[in-house]
Amino acid sequence: MTEVNLIALAESPAHDETARIMQICNACRYCEGFCAVFPAMEKRRLFAPADTAYLANLCHHCGACYHACQYAPPHEFAVNVPQALAERRLESYAEFAWPRPMARLFDRNGLQVSVWVTAILILVVGAMLMLISPDLFWGVHLGEGAFYVIMPHVVMAGIPLMITSFVLISLIIGARRYWRTTGAKWGGWSAVREAMAAAATMRYLGGDNNGTGSGCSGPDERGSMARRYYHHFTFYGFMLCFASTSLGTLYHYLLGREAPYGYFELPVILGTVGGVMLCVGTAGLWREKRRMDPATKSWTSLGMDYAFIWLLFWVSATGLILLAVRHTGFMGLALAVHLGVVYGFFAILPFSKFVHGLYRSAALLAYAGESR
Amino acid sequence: MYTNNSNAADQSWDVVVIGAGNAGLCAAITAAEAGCSVLVVESAPRDMRGGNTRHTRNLRAQHDAPTDVLTEAYPLDEYFDDLMRVTKGVTNKHLAQVTLEKSAELTEWLGHRGVRFQPALSGTLNLGRTNAFFLGGGRAMLNALCRHAESVGVTFLYDLAVTQLIMDSGFCDAIRLADDRVIRAKKFIATAGGFEANLDWLAEGWGDAAKNFLVRGTPYNNGVVLKSLLDQGVQPVGDVDQCHAVAIDARAPKYDGGIASRIDGVPFGVVVNNAGQRFYDEGEDFWPKRYAIWGRLVAAQPDQIAYAIVDSVGANRFMPSVFTPIKADTIDGLASLLGLDPVATIETVTRFNAACPVGPIDQSVLDGKATNGLTPEKTNWSAPIETPPFYGFPLRPGITFTYMGVTVNDQAQMIMQDGTPAANLLAAGEIMAGNVLGQGYLAGIGMTIGGVFGRIAGATAARLLNKGASG
Repeated sequence: MTEVNLIALAESPAHDETARIMQICNACRYCEGFCAVFPAMEKRRLFAPADTAYLANLCHHCGACYHACQYAPPHEFAVNVPQALAERRLESYAEFAWPRPMARLFDRNGLQVSVWVTAILILVVGAMLMLISPDLFWGVHLGEGAFYVIMPHVVMAGIPLMITSFVLISLIIGARRYWRTTGAKWGGWSAVREAMAAAATMRYLGGDNNGTGSGCSGPDERGSMARRYYHHFTFYGFMLCFASTSLGTLYHYLLGREAPYGYFELPVILGTVGGVMLCVGTAGLWREKRRMDPATKSWTSLGMDYAFIWLLFWVSATGLILLAVRHTGFMGLALAVHLGVVYGFFAILPFSKFVHGLYRSAALLAYAGESR
Repeated sequence: MYTNNSNAADQSWDVVVIGAGNAGLCAAITAAEAGCSVLVVESAPRDMRGGNTRHTRNLRAQHDAPTDVLTEAYPLDEYFDDLMRVTKGVTNKHLAQVTLEKSAELTEWLGHRGVRFQPALSGTLNLGRTNAFFLGGGRAMLNALCRHAESVGVTFLYDLAVTQLIMDSGFCDAIRLADDRVIRAKKFIATAGGFEANLDWLAEGWGDAAKNFLVRGTPYNNGVVLKSLLDQGVQPVGDVDQCHAVAIDARAPKYDGGIASRIDGVPFGVVVNNAGQRFYDEGEDFWPKRYAIWGRLVAAQPDQIAYAIVDSVGANRFMPSVFTPIKADTIDGLASLLGLDPVATIETVTRFNAACPVGPIDQSVLDGKATNGLTPEKTNWSAPIETPPFYGFPLRPGITFTYMGVTVNDQAQMIMQDGTPAANLLAAGEIMAGNVLGQGYLAGIGMTIGGVFGRIAGATAARLLNKGASG
């Protein structure tokens, strides 16, 4: 297992720039009150690629340290922590990706994700149009099992099950590689609690060690909580949708009740609320990403960021559209489009920005561990 | 409001503040909150604004009980004793008293204007009791104060130096800007810092050695405003050769290197000049208490350069530095890389090693591990330099700020050479800090003087203009 879990990280321009900056930061340390990155940095004197990969994933890209920095451009030290760490972070996603050949999906990731999801969408919709008779596809279907008139449940759930198995294995290997390679320390269950609390509250997106910060630093250096709140909408919206799907599966197999369910049944309520939250959250994150100070943006990872935000938006929006038209003749098309986007989302998941949550959580857990 | 194309020159301002550092912003905010129209003229571009405040991190505040940003208590008497100790009495005791008393309100006043502090206890350097640390440092503090100043109507002109104060027998009519515009106001508050970035002026006190000084602080403190004031009859305070200078990495930028350029390794090795000879007790006291004398010590050496040499054990005893140390497996090799005479350097290290006492050193206390029969003696932490690789740090004097300034009274009014207050000229910050801090240094007191006198200057200007009561 060693060769699978330990990655030899090479020095790269993104690593070199991060290490250069961290050496300056470590001699200054004025930012140590901002977030976990700086206390973690202070525990190190030398910055190997494994260290920069760890620090990069600990950074939430709030931008506060850039506007506070006495060495930011135009100073000749040209310190830009958020940008350097974002570039290194993107690189680390490719370094830890499994299977290895898929790592190249992180090159121009925004474009690749868009192309693959579109291709899968076309494939799914095309296949359904070809395989399902027009009477069924464009017909009006009401009551329990209406969806499965168009596509048998075995197929509809079987495809994601296969994808999910692959996705899970890929994510687990990536996380293990990250954990081993960066030399993370296990801090016990109290560290798990601390890391989960930090992730659940987005503590470090506030620009403060204590979670009492003023938020992300905008172009006018003013703090704003907007990104933190939109992220909450996105994350918890996603979790509600996930809960809705899981609950639907339980209804199906345990209660023997087939979708679609009524508007006021729990799976639909969870999915609707979660879907709306996800749409609001992703639209907001997109707005905040555009509004971000151009000086702190990572231009190489911007495509990946936008693609993931829009993908999540369409996963949710197509689900809401399906809900709206499910009693009409457009149900078949709406279902096809929704399934296409969802399958695409899951297929590309280990090679999209989704992994930021994985490595960020692992970094927070490692930080909680080494702080003990 | 922030503009460089405004008709600032066409209107008459109640108050013009020269300099957008801590003192200038405290003055501008205080005057604006009292209802004055205020223009701040800053010589640096917006990104580099704020003078040496950019490079600061904390202020020293008196308090009788723990606050949200300070631990325990730091009573007035103790603060005053500390000040007397470092200045050896070179201070205006009345102004010192005013500064220390009013320091108690400073963190709350700044906090209400958007400045954020690190919570008590989390500050480094064991200064959590006496000093309140700005979250993110001085530049974050400046950003908050500038935002607040704009919100209370202060106008900023960036990237425009003041070249002259147009004065007539102690009354200032106007200031002239680098673009030759003239700006009129009823009151002028000079918060333009010292002259540490003006190497020619420093040479008046230091001779040619000054050209080898590095300036840790802002390149914009060139003393033009101070000189204009002193040339037109304002009474000076302090000596031209008094400055705060530490030993910093010789590879640091000529200007603006700030905190990161410092080298903390001196107590854990030896320091030699360019003849390979030691010249001072490296282990005299804890580094934070001694680092400010090493600027002068290095300045007194040939070519104003010195080299700290430590071994791989010593190198782990101090904070990492911004520049990678020069490294070699032998003293011989290190001397060559540093451009030192290998023979002289090896002899110095060999003699030092032979004079070291046996047993481990303890850097957490003054361990009394002194050299035996060496001149100059090293009185603490003497451990042989013997474990390769060896590391070398080139050192130069790094000037932080100068002490000579204008004399003021407790209303922040400048005093003319005949002893009378100037009619409409006030000062705050480094340009008058020499009234309180005649020599020596107490960490964080520069920001305290700037904040306290900035507020006094703004309040005095407003009062003299019959504007409303001010904070």
